[in-house]
Amino acid sequence: MAEARTLFDKIWDLHVVDPGEDGAALIYIDRHLVHEVTSPQAFEGLRIAGRPVRRPDATLAVADHNIPTTDRSAGIADATARLQVETLEANTKAFGVPYIPVDDIRQGIVHIIGPELGFTLPGTTIVCGDSHTSTHGAFGALAFGIGTSEVEHVLATQTLIQQRPKTMRITVDGKAPAGVTAKDIVLSIIGHIGTAGATGHVIEYAGEAIRDLSMEGRMTVCNMSIEAGARAGLIAPDETTFEYLKGRSMAPKGAVWEQAVTFWRTLPSDPGARYDTEITISAETLVPHVTWGTSPQDVLPISGAVPDPAAEADEARREGMARALDYMGLTPGMPLSAVKIDRVFIGSCTNGRIEDLRAAAAVAKGRKVAEGVGAMIVPGSGLVKHQAEEEGLDRIFIEAGFEWREPGCSMCLAMNDDRLAPGERCASTSNRNFEGRQGFRGRTHLVSPAMAAAAAISGHLADVREFQ
Amino acid sequence: MEKFDTLTGVAAPMPMINVDTDRIIPKQFLTTIKRTGLGRHAFHEMRYEDDGSEKPDFVLNKAAYRDAKILIAGANFGCGSSREHAPWALLDFGIRCVIAPSFADIFFNNCFKNGILPITLPQEQIDSLMAEADRGANAVFTIDLEKEEISTPDGRTVAFQIDPFRRHCLLEGLDDIGLTLEKGPAIDSFEAKRAQQHPWL
Ligand code: SF4
Repeated sequence: MAEARTLFDKIWDLHVVDPGEDGAALIYIDRHLVHEVTSPQAFEGLRIAGRPVRRPDATLAVADHNIPTTDRSAGIADATARLQVETLEANTKAFGVPYIPVDDIRQGIVHIIGPELGFTLPGTTIVCGDSHTSTHGAFGALAFGIGTSEVEHVLATQTLIQQRPKTMRITVDGKAPAGVTAKDIVLSIIGHIGTAGATGHVIEYAGEAIRDLSMEGRMTVCNMSIEAGARAGLIAPDETTFEYLKGRSMAPKGAVWEQAVTFWRTLPSDPGARYDTEITISAETLVPHVTWGTSPQDVLPISGAVPDPAAEADEARREGMARALDYMGLTPGMPLSAVKIDRVFIGSCTNGRIEDLRAAAAVAKGRKVAEGVGAMIVPGSGLVKHQAEEEGLDRIFIEAGFEWREPGCSMCLAMNDDRLAPGERCASTSNRNFEGRQGFRGRTHLVSPAMAAAAAISGHLADVREFQ
Repeated sequence: MEKFDTLTGVAAPMPMINVDTDRIIPKQFLTTIKRTGLGRHAFHEMRYEDDGSEKPDFVLNKAAYRDAKILIAGANFGCGSSREHAPWALLDFGIRCVIAPSFADIFFNNCFKNGILPITLPQEQIDSLMAEADRGANAVFTIDLEKEEISTPDGRTVAFQIDPFRRHCLLEGLDDIGLTLEKGPAIDSFEAKRAQQHPWL
């Protein structure tokens, strides 16, 4: 009998072009997403070496990181950002790579549009010069972030030299209680295993609470795998996956669709397949989470209090905590729900999809953003924005006092004008609360979209369960 | 890519854990379309005051470490974003080797593509190297990649290990893409087979 294999093993085995010596295999890349920030030097490298792009048809480019989220009809004001977007346009044209222009309705965050267009498919290998490429693993695709030299390598050869990662299965058993979203599941996982907990591993998420998630929720979980140090996150494809993909513009059609689905059904891990590491978490005990520090692992239930470094035995950790609290301007023992906020950001590739906006709108409906709080909704793509407008979500947000913006990465990394002022505190649905991530000396608390909306309404971090 | 065989230089101690790539090179410098010129922005927020003057306490601002070629750092160095601007900034500053108890995967990979050697060693060894690096301009280390050995200012030798393929590429300064293109026929036949099996790709 054939050996029981994991989902990861199956995808990996299917893509080995050359097993190589010394453990470095040459693997084939099915899909390559390209954006403006990590690609200019890669195209320049191709140009210098006189090399073409091997598979322009397997490549898709879009500008997302540094474009403005306000009216774009006058172009990009910032000269260096404009040059970077123009460079992407010129490069994609010169090399024949499909490019979604900034004014196209399909434009959006690279990890939102890949799935939305059906470019992301189960059983494939997907890369992008961006660490949150792990998002696409929600479809049962091996998807991971790469550096610019590797972007160039994929453009030139459609392959990558990779060491085989280890595997980890995280099983989230049982049903998640009301108010507990995909974001809370993944934040609590990171809190549990730490930001280096899965280094060198590909995580497969399994269990009832994961199966119960929509594709949007699964993407949120896989998205933040990188915050646990993992190379990639994976969820086995199932009916939810096929349902989501069917009819998407770049997904297979007709008889080929049937053929593809038949193949995709063979992908889930075989019973008895072995993982290098196994972790089990009970969903029933989960609650909404919020970060208090400057690392995604600095996370606690919203009902908790700011921790005390003095209680930490490990010296390096104690110093790290003290530094984080100093940066965040928090005192030990303070209830998290008493932490006042200045700004709210709802968006990013973690939580900028339609379901996220629906969850935030459900809390915002008929309520008002607290006095003195600046709250911003940035849809993940033009298609998400359009659908939200069809559903009237934009009206709900605007009436509640939120700003309704154009799609892009925005204040997730604050490369454009959307950024925190020094000392400002933000409840954010993004994925990183590093020092300065959302603006120089800005302070970030990571939360789910519903929790972000609850914070906007309350003026402080708040427990969304009190809003239902 | 510049070859890496042996490297002799001062090692700067940076005992922080989780030094993320935002810290190594903040996003306001990512709008560049070049690989070079990022060295003066490396560690920007730890290195400069708001008015642009240098923070005297930051290790790489101290006279002894201004020309450091080696960094000795805490665990999980290079976590966060995939930006290759992080190793570009280190390289442009003059750092060719980072020694730490652990690295984030993408950063670790990116180093090799740019002729930077990331060395992983157990925490106790890092602690002793850090103590020697603390001695300022006298903290001259030699890294010999061929022998996989670090010679410390105290005259000790510390062995390390690098996987053979990466070591070979660094020693020879090999361009990965050139190597892979030599496997063109294997890629062609792989693609032909896939086009048949999975016509939707
Ligand atoms: S939304 Fe944030 S995390 Fe996602 S791709 Fe953009 S900058 Fe990166």
